[in-house]
Amino acid sequence: MNNLKVIINGIIKENPALVLLLGMCPTLGTTTSAINGMGMGLATMVVLMCSNTVISLIKRLIPDMVRIPSFIVIIATFVTVLEMLMKAYVPALYASLGLFIPLIVVNCIVLGRAESFAAKNTPLASFCDGIGSGLGFTLALTVLGAIREILGSGMVFGISLWGEEYGILAFVLAPGAFIALAYLIVIVNKLTKKA
Amino acid sequence: MKKLESTLPNMVIVLTSVTLISAALLGVMQQLTKEPIAQIERQTLENGIKKVMLGGQDGELTVTSTDTVEKDNSTFIIYTAEQGGKHLGKAVKTTVTGFSPGLTVLTGFDPEGNILGYEILATAETPGLGAKAGQWFQKGEKGDIIGKNPGANNLTVSKDGGEVDAITASTITSRAFLKAIGMEYEVLNDDVTEASTSATAKAELGDEK
Repeated sequence: MNNLKVIINGIIKENPALVLLLGMCPTLGTTTSAINGMGMGLATMVVLMCSNTVISLIKRLIPDMVRIPSFIVIIATFVTVLEMLMKAYVPALYASLGLFIPLIVVNCIVLGRAESFAAKNTPLASFCDGIGSGLGFTLALTVLGAIREILGSGMVFGISLWGEEYGILAFVLAPGAFIALAYLIVIVNKLTKKA
Repeated sequence: MKKLESTLPNMVIVLTSVTLISAALLGVMQQLTKEPIAQIERQTLENGIKKVMLGGQDGELTVTSTDTVEKDNSTFIIYTAEQGGKHLGKAVKTTVTGFSPGLTVLTGFDPEGNILGYEILATAETPGLGAKAGQWFQKGEKGDIIGKNPGANNLTVSKDGGEVDAITASTITSRAFLKAIGMEYEVLNDDVTEASTSATAKAELGDEK
């Protein structure tokens, strides 16, 4: 049951985007709509699961002084593989996220989990941590994307709720991302911290 | 098993093997995905040409020739389309920078230079704003440009004195989009004149600048 705890930990207590405040660039950049946020979150999750497992498997073979470059090469490889697969088999998602996929390499969540979790734990636990952190990230991005989509263009997941003319333009653009993220963090803090 | 020490030979060996394995994996993946990716790109382009030349109607057409023209640091690809032996006109593809780089527009022109249809093949414009360009300028929409001729109509946004309504709150995307169409029309015209009298075409081009 320990592994389940690891997963839940990644979603709630150590939610990468809302509690650890890691990976802010894709969080703010890709959440213009709920579906984009979800796509980015899931792509990051796949990379996290693969990189965490592999790094955990070979952690004893990598001398400490070269661990960061080795991790980065491994992560970059997985991201590139994912990019090619998406381009070949889910072109629609690739078309809307294309620009942000290569940026997963420099997403601090991936390197952060590799360094703070995978390098110290078993492959199975690291795989679970990848799922947990990835799901937490996906959840945060989907919610943020949904808020911005509803307030900005009156839609959610592409379904129109009310006329687009009532949308608040700022929420589609960068300022809305900051405002919505800040309030989301406030709510999460309020719910998780006792008094 | 004990962790490997950070000695020079150890570090060299580990880094070399990590990069070698990664490179091998990437090579294999590239080989595997090359064909599907190329096929999807061909498919998108084919559908696009069909859509912009036939104005949304079903039907078969053949691309009889493909030319590449370089002008003002942009690349234009011209596809000449035919349907059952009848010359339909030309579709031109080019990429401009809108609010973000990489706005690829494919436009169909009939032999007189009237716009038959257009399609956004690739875009990184803001969803909910500039990304609406794929719909906004279609027939019956607010910024309808179908059937207009960039030579006769002033195809710029109304803010610049033109006759096209820009996408609400996305003037930059609208400008870039209309600029792409204008440039495609120009290139097509150059192409026609160049075939007959290349000297005059060059001179005219100089005057326009």
